[in-house]
Formats: sequence, structure tokens, C-alpha cells
Amino acid sequence: MDLIASILTITLRAGTSLVYATVGETFTERSGILNLGLEGMMLMAAVSSFATVYYTGSLALALLVGAAVGAALAAVHAFLTTTMRANQVVSGLSITLFGTGFASFLGQRLGPESNSHRLVGLTADRFSPIAVPGLGDIPFLRAFFNQDLLTYGMYLLIPLAWFYLYRTRSGLWLRAVGEDPQTADAMGINVFRTKYLYTMLGGAFVGLGGAHLSLAYTPGWSENITGGRGWIVIALVIFSTWNPARAIWGALLFGGINAVQFRLQAAGTTIPAGILNMLPYVATIVVLVLITWWEALSKRVGAPASLGNAYMREEK
Amino acid sequence: MTESTRENAELLVEMKGIRKSFPGVQASDDVALVLRKGEVLALLGENGAGKSTLMNILAGLYRPDSGEIRIRGKLARIASPRDASALGVGMVHQNFMLVDSMTVAENVVLGIPKLPFVPNAARIRREILELSERYNLKVEPEAFVWQLSVGEQQRVEILKLLYRKAEILILDEPTAVLTPQESKELNAVVKLMQAEGKSAVFITHKMDEVMSFSDRVMVLRKGKVVAEKLTRDTDPRDLARLMVGREILFCIDKRPFEPKGLVLELSGVEALNERGLPALRGVDLRLRSGEILGIAGVAGNGQRELAETITGLRPTTAGAISINCVDSTNASPMSVIRRGVGHVPQDRVAVGVVGDMSVSDNLAMKAYRSAPLASGGVLRPKRFLELAKRMIEAFKIATPSPSTRTKFLSGGNIQKTILAREIEACSSLLIAVYPSRGLDIGATEAVRKELVAQRDAGLGVLLVSEDLEELAQVADTIAVMFEGRIMAVMPACDAEAERLGLLMSGAIPAEV
Repeated sequence: MDLIASILTITLRAGTSLVYATVGETFTERSGILNLGLEGMMLMAAVSSFATVYYTGSLALALLVGAAVGAALAAVHAFLTTTMRANQVVSGLSITLFGTGFASFLGQRLGPESNSHRLVGLTADRFSPIAVPGLGDIPFLRAFFNQDLLTYGMYLLIPLAWFYLYRTRSGLWLRAVGEDPQTADAMGINVFRTKYLYTMLGGAFVGLGGAHLSLAYTPGWSENITGGRGWIVIALVIFSTWNPARAIWGALLFGGINAVQFRLQAAGTTIPAGILNMLPYVATIVVLVLITWWEALSKRVGAPASLGNAYMREEK
Repeated sequence: MTESTRENAELLVEMKGIRKSFPGVQASDDVALVLRKGEVLALLGENGAGKSTLMNILAGLYRPDSGEIRIRGKLARIASPRDASALGVGMVHQNFMLVDSMTVAENVVLGIPKLPFVPNAARIRREILELSERYNLKVEPEAFVWQLSVGEQQRVEILKLLYRKAEILILDEPTAVLTPQESKELNAVVKLMQAEGKSAVFITHKMDEVMSFSDRVMVLRKGKVVAEKLTRDTDPRDLARLMVGREILFCIDKRPFEPKGLVLELSGVEALNERGLPALRGVDLRLRSGEILGIAGVAGNGQRELAETITGLRPTTAGAISINCVDSTNASPMSVIRRGVGHVPQDRVAVGVVGDMSVSDNLAMKAYRSAPLASGGVLRPKRFLELAKRMIEAFKIATPSPSTRTKFLSGGNIQKTILAREIEACSSLLIAVYPSRGLDIGATEAVRKELVAQRDAGLGVLLVSEDLEELAQVADTIAVMFEGRIMAVMPACDAEAERLGLLMSGAIPAEV
């Protein structure tokens, strides 16, 4: 029982950054924009929010900076793909390449002189787990209510994001733009504004996901702190079938296998660490295949129909 | 409102000096238009006459190069569909503006600025049902648009306008996709709205509709207004002459009916539709070479599924199909093509051509696999061009060049392109589903003539149509379909419109 509770605790902690980023990317893709820049955006957000908290000591400001950096990089993507109608895949990959390199560079330049200008190895304020009085002591439930603030935020984010997408006017507008921009345009919805807005809003959530890594999950900055999470998120969006409510399952799966393999390594298993580290990624691929297969069989409507296409008003 | 008061009623819309040009075309050339309250105005003209352009300007989709628009006497700036909607102008486009993966209710409220942030789904549903009751527009608010027939989708489009309380309705060739019965229903809806003081502009190229729907008619040719008359002061002959600029004859020369060997035989064929419900229920049909078999029926009674089952695009769940006396039940589309079957599909833009590819590539799309177009798996572009030039000339396809992208052609010329390709690839059976739907008189005539020419050349032609006039003119034998069943098969010369209508609506029981 204790073991399960502790695995669940780590699972939720590991899954938090994924949920933020998955919800963000879901919103972006619902507007018809595929953003493959997540990995770079999460790294940039992680490094800049850690630097912020290191120098100012303000966690709130650090979160804000993380979200702003995510949104700013997303704005570049929105400009390239919406206004300039550049290929979304190329633009997204460029942002990842840029973000990865630049975050690494910042990690070696933003630090104090005492640490030879490097951020690696420094400590600062962090989001520590806070036990909810009363609930934090109940066995099992303890796992849910012994978390940091961002994880509590995730509990709210999932239902709110679902409600926004499926039950509000703005959510309806957003879905229409991603499915059929011509129709949305003819019905008086501002397609360009919608695409910009949700690409940037999505970017801000992705930034929060990145900030969670350096402020809570593995506090501090280290090279490649995301460990490919930006790519995992792209798969998670697909297997949540673009529904924020399902994002939690993918995040739990990835986070859970991560937690289990940590446990195994700690227990001193004979399985090589490399193989164990690989597990979450293998599981992601397997589940992605299964989900896609099931979708094809049940003929469910999956991706937003206009995903990846540039929109222009066509005057013949 | 009586006719005479209507003529003096308040001016709702005034368009003056409207000009709009597209690369190479002057689509609107100094056009003036007025619309009064409670009036139905018909805009008549051939494809490309500038009817849709003019109305797209009023609906805010295009901006005019010059000219002014007044609505209720006030100068109006219509820069977007939302502006138009705010002024009470709504348009039902020829290509429906509906999001397929959303429900009817979601589509109806899409884009309404005053919609509450959290819409009340139950209330919206109730309001839609009330409207649909009041105007006799049957729809299920929870159904997804992709599940609906074209006729049902149009009802959703009209409901969308009514829900927005539009006072000026623009209908762009609304009956092109409707059956005669559905057209009548639409006419009733328009009359009902007119009685409530709403006005409508009706884009069409069918004379009978001008006569039955409108109070006043404006004829456009090449972007210019050539005539404007009260409908009661004119007649179809007069209008046809004004529209085309010459006299037209509705008559096609045809050799006597001498059918030969069996080309197509269906026995007890059954198939399902997208929703998994029976679409074909035990269909028996026989088609001989040198025969045109017309399938009459209201759209959505299994005609599309019939064509798809024969061509291998849809699985047969029971029964047998044989083409040229060889069993081809559940054969692949490729093997059906190899047996010499041509298919002019219902949705020509979606499945008939690749819009972004050139006319020449589209023409070669069935013959490219083998000589002379390819040798050893390598395409021969020069031969593509030769073939294209020959076909463009033979079928009189109006295209700037063989390398023009197909989507820039008019509907009629796209249809000719498909026909040319299918006829070229076809050696025994030609299946044509609503081949003249949405085409102007000239193009319709050309398509019908071509079908008859192929029959005379010894092909079997399966013609699905809802235009009884077309069937009477072209077909040798007529079969009536209703709810996936063949209700009756009769020689075309014995077919009376009234009996066909009764069979088509299921009012009298099946005769076979």
C-alpha cells in the first residue's frame, strides 16, 4: 500500500509538466496549428524560470517568465505559419533546434561568476510538496494531496480545459477554426486571431510545463532537463484524441512507468539502467500504435481536419 | 402583402455601380440591384455570369473594387460576413458552410457574437426545434453534419440564417442539390418567410424555378445586367433567350433502341451506408449494351451507394454483381476499372478530380498506368499533353491550357473533364451519378448528348438522376428507387411523370 502510494505520488509529480504541455499543445492543435517546437520551448522556459527564481527569489515571477517565454516562442511560430504561411513542421522543428541550443547556451552564461557563469549545480527556491491538512494523512489519497502547487493547479486545469473546449462559445469557435477554417471565416469568426491566440496560449501552458521541471520536479538547471518530454507530449496529444480530459491518462502512463523504473533502479535490479530509462518511451510508442489502430477501426473522428494546413481566404 | 404593395415597399437593399474583377475576368461590371421588403428576386444567368460574385459581395465574403451598398437607406460598409449578418443579410452558399465533425446545433450557433459564453445547450436545442417546426425544416439538432444528406444539410444552412433572424436571405442555386420534392418544400419555406416580411435573392439558372419562386427577375450575362423584369411579365422562353443570348432547343438526336448483350447484372444486392444502416435492400437490375438505364429517385434513397457498390468502392453485404457476365461482387475498384467501367461520381469536386493538379494530369488519371502514357513505369509527359489536347478538343473543355489547375475551371468544364476521362477509359459500362447537377443549360446539353453518343456507340449507361425531364429525354429504361429498393422498372416511353413521382415517394407499393 505504501509502495503504491509512493509510486502514485511520483507519477503525479512526473506527469504534471506533461499535462500542462499536453493541454497547451491540444489547444494549439485545435486551432489547426501543429507546433513541434515544444521541446525547445520547454527547455527555454525551464532555464529562464530557474534563472529568474535564482536571482529574484520569486517563484510567482519565475512561473510568469516561464509562461511568457513559452508564449513568445509560440508567437514566432504563429507568425511564421499563419501570417507567412510557412510549413508548420519546418517552423516547429526550427524552434526546437533553436530552443535546445539557446537554452544550453543560457545555462552556461546566466549563472553567477562564482559558478563560472553556469547555472548547473545551483539551488534556489522551489515549489515543495504541501500536504493538504486532513486529506494529506489519509492512506492512498495522500498521494494526491501531498503535492506541489502546480500539481494542484493541474487538478483544476484538466476539467477547466475540457469545459472550455466543449462547453463554451470560445471553445466552439476554436474547434470550428481547426476543423474548417473556411466555414469559420464565413461565419464571422476571426481565423487569424484565433490561431495566434491559441498558439500563444498553448505556448504559455507549455512554458508552465517546462517551468515545473526546473522549479519543482527536478529543481535546478541541468542540460536537457526535459529528457525529450516535448516530443512525448506530441504523442500524448494524439492519444488523448485532442481531448484535454484524456490528457491525464497519457501523462499518468508516462509518469507512472518513469516512477516504476526509478523504484526498480533504487531497488538495485540487474536490468541495465539504459533499458529502464527507455521504458517510458517504448510504452508511449506502443500505446500510440494501439490508440491509432483502435481509432482507425472505430472510425472515430480524430485530428482537427485542417491541422497542419495554412489558411488563406481564397478568392478564385 | 399583395403584389402591388410589394412593388412599392420599402427599399431594403440598393447596390450601385458594383465592379469586381478577378485575374482575367470582370465578374461584376457596373451592376445595380435593388431588393424590396417582402420580395423574392431571382438572379438568373449561366455559370460564370457573375451571380455568385455579386451576392458574395453583399454577404461580405468579397469586397467590391468599387460601388456602394445601401441597406435600409443607410450606406453600409460590409467588410466581413459578420458585418453582413449584423445587417440581417445571410447567405446559403453553393458549397455548404458547415463543419462536418460538429453537430447541427453547434453549426447553427457557430459565430453568433451574442451567444452566451457558456451556451445553454438545452435552450438552443429547443429553439432549433421550434424553428424547424415552424418552417417545416426537419432536422435532428444532435446529429453530426457528416451524417446528413445534402438536402438535410441545406435545411441546416437555412436554419442557421433563421436562427440569426436574417431579414435578407441569399440562396445560391439552392435547388441544384435538391430533388423535385425537396425543391417544392424549399419553395414553401421561402413563401412562408416572405409572408413574414423577409426578402430573398435566389440565384439560379433554372427557368421553372424563376417562375415559381420569384416576384422579379434580373438576368446577368458576363458580369452585366441584361434585363430586369417582373416575373409575371415574362416567360421561360424569353428568359432563356436573354440568359444565353441565343435560342436553345431541348432535343437530342438518338438512334433507335436496340439493346445487345448483358453488361451489368445485380441480383439481391445489399449494402450499408455510413451509419451502418441498410442502404440497398435486395436490388435486382439488368443493363444491356446500347441501353441507358435511368435510376429515378429522391436523393438519399440508395443511388450513391448503388454506384459505389458496383464500382467496388463500397462492400456488398449480400447478393451478387456481375459485369460482362463475370462475377465482380466485392471486386476492388482497380479490377472494376480494368473491366472497362467508367464512373462519373456524385461529388465531382471531392472525388472526381484533383483540383490542384492540371487538367492534363486529371485527364490521364485512369490511363496513365500503361502505354502510350507510360513505358516501363516511367510517365511520358509529352504523350500526356497530346492526349489532353485531343480530349480538350473532342469534348470542348474550355480551359486556358492543358496545364491549368483543374479547380480554376467552371463546374461544367470540370464535369466535361471527368466525362472525357471516364469515357476514354470505359469500354463497356458507364456509370453517371447526377452528371448535370449544377451545370448551366449549355453544359447540361453537352453532357446529355455525350451520354447518348456513348450509348449509340454500344456502351451500357447507368444514369442516376433526379431530373425527370433528363430521364425522359435520355433514358431507354427507367428504374425507380425508394429507400434502397427498386420500386419499378419500365421502358422510358411508358413512364408518366405522375406515376414516377408516386413511386419515388413510396406512395404506391413496389411493382417488382
